[in-house]
Amino acid sequence: MDRTGIALEAPRQSAPVRRRRLAGFPLGLLLPALALLGAELGVRAGLVPANLLPPPSSVLEALSWLADNGLGAHIGASALRVAAGFAVGAALALALGALVALNRTAERLFDPSCQALRAIPSLAWVPLLLLWFGIDETPKVILIAIGAFFPVYMGVVAGIRGVDRTLVEVGLLYRLSPFALARRVLLPAALPSVLTGLRNGLSLAWMFMVAAELIAASRGLGYLLTDGRETGRADIMLAAIVLLALLGKLSDSAMGMLERRSLAWRDSLAEKDKR
Amino acid sequence: MSAFLDIAIDDKRHSERTVLRGLRLGVGQGEIVSLVGASGCGKSTLLSIVAGLDSGYRGALRLDGQALAGPSADVGLVFQAPRLFPWLTVAQNIVFGAGAGKGDLARAAALLDEVGLKGYGDALPKQLSGGQAQRVAIARGLYLEPRVLLLDEPFSAVDAFTRMRLQDLLAAAARQRGLTVLLVTHDIDEALYLSDRVILMDSAPGPVRAEFSVDAPWPRERSRLAASPLKPAILDSLHAAHAF
Repeated sequence: MDRTGIALEAPRQSAPVRRRRLAGFPLGLLLPALALLGAELGVRAGLVPANLLPPPSSVLEALSWLADNGLGAHIGASALRVAAGFAVGAALALALGALVALNRTAERLFDPSCQALRAIPSLAWVPLLLLWFGIDETPKVILIAIGAFFPVYMGVVAGIRGVDRTLVEVGLLYRLSPFALARRVLLPAALPSVLTGLRNGLSLAWMFMVAAELIAASRGLGYLLTDGRETGRADIMLAAIVLLALLGKLSDSAMGMLERRSLAWRDSLAEKDKR
Repeated sequence: MSAFLDIAIDDKRHSERTVLRGLRLGVGQGEIVSLVGASGCGKSTLLSIVAGLDSGYRGALRLDGQALAGPSADVGLVFQAPRLFPWLTVAQNIVFGAGAGKGDLARAAALLDEVGLKGYGDALPKQLSGGQAQRVAIARGLYLEPRVLLLDEPFSAVDAFTRMRLQDLLAAAARQRGLTVLLVTHDIDEALYLSDRVILMDSAPGPVRAEFSVDAPWPRERSRLAASPLKPAILDSLHAAHAF
């Protein structure tokens, strides 16, 4: 037996070490990278016309040109609209959702209307909002607020209604007032569902922002899309889409981080996987 | 002379079904009483009523001569499951009943020491085993220094060894404080080990069917109690009361 040969072999990595290395690899970038590579090669090989699908290199050039020509103002305008609309929509949804979940009369009064309004497509609001509020910022913020409202409302209602009855009993045993019960038991217990609603609401706020800016805007990422269509610049349209994806992902990641920090107490599968 | 805890339930219904009817039970100050009986005979319902969590009944409760209506700081309850708030630390769970921000964390730490969980104050409930979580629930039940402690099958979900340790812990805590205890259990050995008196409830609507005094001195020996003639007597009555 060649003992020296065995001793010289490199130590094999254990399965957990390999798993950790794989976990560190940004697997989520694989599909976008392959798509970009495919698009670049496809256009260069003449398989796809460049005026319909500009190669990623042209999109990068468009982004670079936009950066020197007011891209910051466009991003700022869109982000401000999303922030304002999301804040208004989420605040109203938190208040109304809590009221509906905690009060049977409020539920009978508001919930059927909310469910009916929820079914209305975003674009159906646009003509009416333009008629009522003109083409200023107000209709855009309201449209975004409508988009953000319903996921948050649903999350709050479902979260509070789904609170473990046995925990509520503990609160009652300690003679908590209805307000204290809501603050100390119902809302913390409903937090996972509320945060999921907020996260979904923020995603929808970005989508509704594009709808709002497509109709009537002179600044913003939605405006860039319209401008690109009208001038036949598919590279600008794709650049705007890429920016929307990046900004949406960025805000979702921030919300996800807030969710993880706020819910560190959860004994869920996701928390276990992180340990 | 009326008892320290005087329970008189004329009628208690769940929907159309009568769960308790004509129940009269007196518990002396510092007495530990176990309630045994088959599932559904109304034992846990009775504890909910005494704890003030169930007000839909006809009857009257008195504690030390005063009417008892609704939840009271004088009455603590330890549930079958620990029911800890997962977003609060162990210490915050223990002081929960004191009101937001009013808890005495030093006293919570002393209680944790008493239940054998010294240094666990900052832990989250998810970091505890089932037995540890139930010990925290007992500490929470004791925190407000109730005069009556109600226990609803508190050790049914833990292993045999942990159960014995928790029983010893409870017995010591109750005797030391002179607590009046009403314990619901399915375990006859547990009832005999912990109680001064064992009450056998009839099938629903269950009045009291039989009472057994346990006159063994403290500290008690489990093997001796298990071999005592009380156990077969209670089991015979239980079979007779709840025959299918």
